[in-house]
Amino acid sequence: MVKLTQRLGGLVLRFAAFCAALGAVIAMITSRERSSFFVISLVAKYSDLAAFKYFVIANAIVTVYSFLVLFLPKESLLWKFVVVLDLMVTMLLTSSLSAAVAVAQVGKRGNANAGWLPICGQVPRFCDQITGALIAGLVALVLYVFLLIFSIHHVVDPFLLRKS
Amino acid sequence: MAREKIVVAGGTTKSWKLLLGLRIFAFMATLAAAIVMSLNKETKTLVVATIGTVPIKATLTAKFQHTPAFVFFVIANVMVSFHNLLMIALQIFSPKLEYKGLRLLSIAILDMLNATLVSAAANAAVFVAELGKNGNKHAKWNKVCDRFATYCDHGAGAIIAAFAGVILMLLVSAVSISRLLINSKNFSTTATTTSVV
Repeated sequence: MVKLTQRLGGLVLRFAAFCAALGAVIAMITSRERSSFFVISLVAKYSDLAAFKYFVIANAIVTVYSFLVLFLPKESLLWKFVVVLDLMVTMLLTSSLSAAVAVAQVGKRGNANAGWLPICGQVPRFCDQITGALIAGLVALVLYVFLLIFSIHHVVDPFLLRKS
Repeated sequence: MAREKIVVAGGTTKSWKLLLGLRIFAFMATLAAAIVMSLNKETKTLVVATIGTVPIKATLTAKFQHTPAFVFFVIANVMVSFHNLLMIALQIFSPKLEYKGLRLLSIAILDMLNATLVSAAANAAVFVAELGKNGNKHAKWNKVCDRFATYCDHGAGAIIAAFAGVILMLLVSAVSISRLLINSKNFSTTATTTSVV
């Protein structure tokens, strides 16, 4: 019975991480805003910034990976591989999230020393949607850290609880 | 049946030596990245405007503290190199330590956390540096590197060292996890062996 609840907990976590990563991708892709500034019209989309493109690609990979692992059978030998892949996916998530947050912070506050003006004043809805996507990415990251610890516990049994 | 204590790696086994070597290289890489980026500073006198025939000069400084991503880069690299230093000291000064209970697991988890930390720091810095190097037409952000070339070069060197540190930390955490795996596998298959790996 304990094993069933453990496995169910792992499945629920992975499904939640899948939803969070999918939400991050969708929120970032659909963020597009046009603002007119006198005669000039400025269109802000996520693909203008390389960090946001990397964020979308990384979270898309994580979404596909979580979806595939959801269907892995319990006794499969691939679970050892899943530990390694979970670590790599966690690193991918942290790097994409931190890059996107660093660039979004420059967009929000600007950089007075470099003469870069913040753009959030002109495209507020774009900024809000990017913020939402980044929060979803953070939720996916936290869930994946828990999943990593869970995978190690499931495969490696470091407390040597199984008597087999 | 009483459980034997597992002694994983005296000072002579292969995985111990490999782990020590990898940790030394990772320590050097992250320390170099932290030092080079924290000493990154360039002052230049530039002509800002021209009134009539008199050029107005202003002295501008490019420091790493101006960019929060670089501050995070320095702090994270210092933390990871400190972690590596602690682990190296642990390995050198007590090579025959018994890894019972939580010790091997906590080393593996700490290695993984530090690998993700240094990867996050290096990635944030590289994307912000790319913004400084190429600018961004859509947001109307100008390039910085055409005027502060030395600052950009030093920053690039620090970021390359940090990426070397990322790869090395990934290898370190892989070796730590494999030691954990071998420890648990050998415990469940043999009951009399006390020295493993």
